[in-house]
Amino acid sequence: MSSLVTRVRQKQIGQLIDAGKRLDGRGLGDYREIKLEQGLIERAEGSARVLLGKTEVLVGTKVETGEPFPDIPNEGVLTVNAELVPLASSTFEPGPPDENSIELARIVDRGIRESKAIDTEKLCIEPGKKVFVVFVDIYVLNHDGNLIDASALAAVAALLNTKMPNYEIKDGIVKIKAGYTPLPMKSQPITVTLGKINDKLIIDPWLEEEQIMDARLSMAINDEGNICAIQKGGTGYFTPQQILEASKIAQEKAAELRKKLDW
Amino acid sequence: MNEKLEKLIDKKGLRLDGRKADELRPIKIEVGVLSNADGSAYIEQGKNKILAAVFGPREMHPKHLSLPDRMVLRCRYHMAPFSVQERKSPAPSRREVELSKVIRESLEPSLFVEYYPRTGIDVFVEVLQADGGTRCASITAASLAIADAGIPMRDLVVACAAGKVDDTMVLDLMDTEDKVGVADVPVAFMPNLNAITLLQMDGILTPEEFENAVNLAMEGCKKIYALQKEALKTKYMSIKEEVEE
Repeated sequence: MSSLVTRVRQKQIGQLIDAGKRLDGRGLGDYREIKLEQGLIERAEGSARVLLGKTEVLVGTKVETGEPFPDIPNEGVLTVNAELVPLASSTFEPGPPDENSIELARIVDRGIRESKAIDTEKLCIEPGKKVFVVFVDIYVLNHDGNLIDASALAAVAALLNTKMPNYEIKDGIVKIKAGYTPLPMKSQPITVTLGKINDKLIIDPWLEEEQIMDARLSMAINDEGNICAIQKGGTGYFTPQQILEASKIAQEKAAELRKKLDW
Repeated sequence: MNEKLEKLIDKKGLRLDGRKADELRPIKIEVGVLSNADGSAYIEQGKNKILAAVFGPREMHPKHLSLPDRMVLRCRYHMAPFSVQERKSPAPSRREVELSKVIRESLEPSLFVEYYPRTGIDVFVEVLQADGGTRCASITAASLAIADAGIPMRDLVVACAAGKVDDTMVLDLMDTEDKVGVADVPVAFMPNLNAITLLQMDGILTPEEFENAVNLAMEGCKKIYALQKEALKTKYMSIKEEVEE
């Protein structure tokens, strides 16, 4: 993504970061204000909206029946998709998903999948034939930076809010019954993204920081504080020391967020 | 693979293909294998067979994508339909789109993009046969292809994965280890600059295990780096011999 930040502004952001400050008044390790709301789309099986500063992401989940993957016949299926909706930013265009939205979806997917957040074995109806398929659709409504953390948070919040239809098997035919049970969840991964500007690590980069930063590093942390997914992005690099420092910061931040969140 | 029948590491501590935990697969690298490309490289790492080609710096097509102050690096990672057990559709999958992006971002820090304003460099990677760790082998080959094209670079980029299999930290995971193992950490590295340009992970690792994995992967990178340089030299030695004849 090309930078829309003027040189004067770039310099200002850089100098502030050198002094341990940020343009919006945050410290280098602070998140913007996070607001979380669940269950606002009644037609969806689960939904959540996250406001991370001015970044706004809505996630809706749908649960349908479908076929399992042949190599894991007794597990349900998770599908994550992300839409960078044109109303969210002047840089988003209508059309098929571009590499940014595919990467976003795959980072969120990996965090949920690798932390084994969903108990997929409980989504099996008939091994090899029928399982529940959970669709997680990420809808970015306003882009003000750090879509990854906002989307990951909204996705897990929506899954925690997701209901699964009740069913019974009669004469080999699966019948959906009235009523719902909550989606079986095992873990609640939290993804923390750091940016690198002037060789300093910052938490939760907002749009202008994102446009001038050298590189970013996203880490998904599970309930036990272990790392379950990582993605480096951006055209710059990290030194091995910075990676370890980032890993420590991500642990702390994830634990801090986990305490605050009520989901 | 749902039933964990197989132990991936035997009692002697050897892996499915007989390697030790910190041992790389056999690697063969060749530079300058395609005559039409400005630069090219071929790598075999275990059963991986990957071709990389570089075109440019050249005029951008379409033109409006060019940038006034720097060149644009484009990258396409693609797997041949016959490269895996079940035929893969030749249309780019979401995985390939993501890998194209992360490979590009792993190579870009090695280039002086401001040297060639208004131009583009295209890197094409074709996986002819896949055996786990293709993104790493692709980066190793693509970086060599860029060097072969004579494009100035800060350093060669070399990549290698480490991961946890059963309870052991292993280097350079092959297909089964990647799929059945606990975690996989691909790392791309520029040894002379001590810079990590690609880092991904899936699976679950404690922070200490993660640190060990990154260090092990960097050790692997350094070994492959020597092979990379050797391959480049071999090409120029053969040109020298031709000229002298």
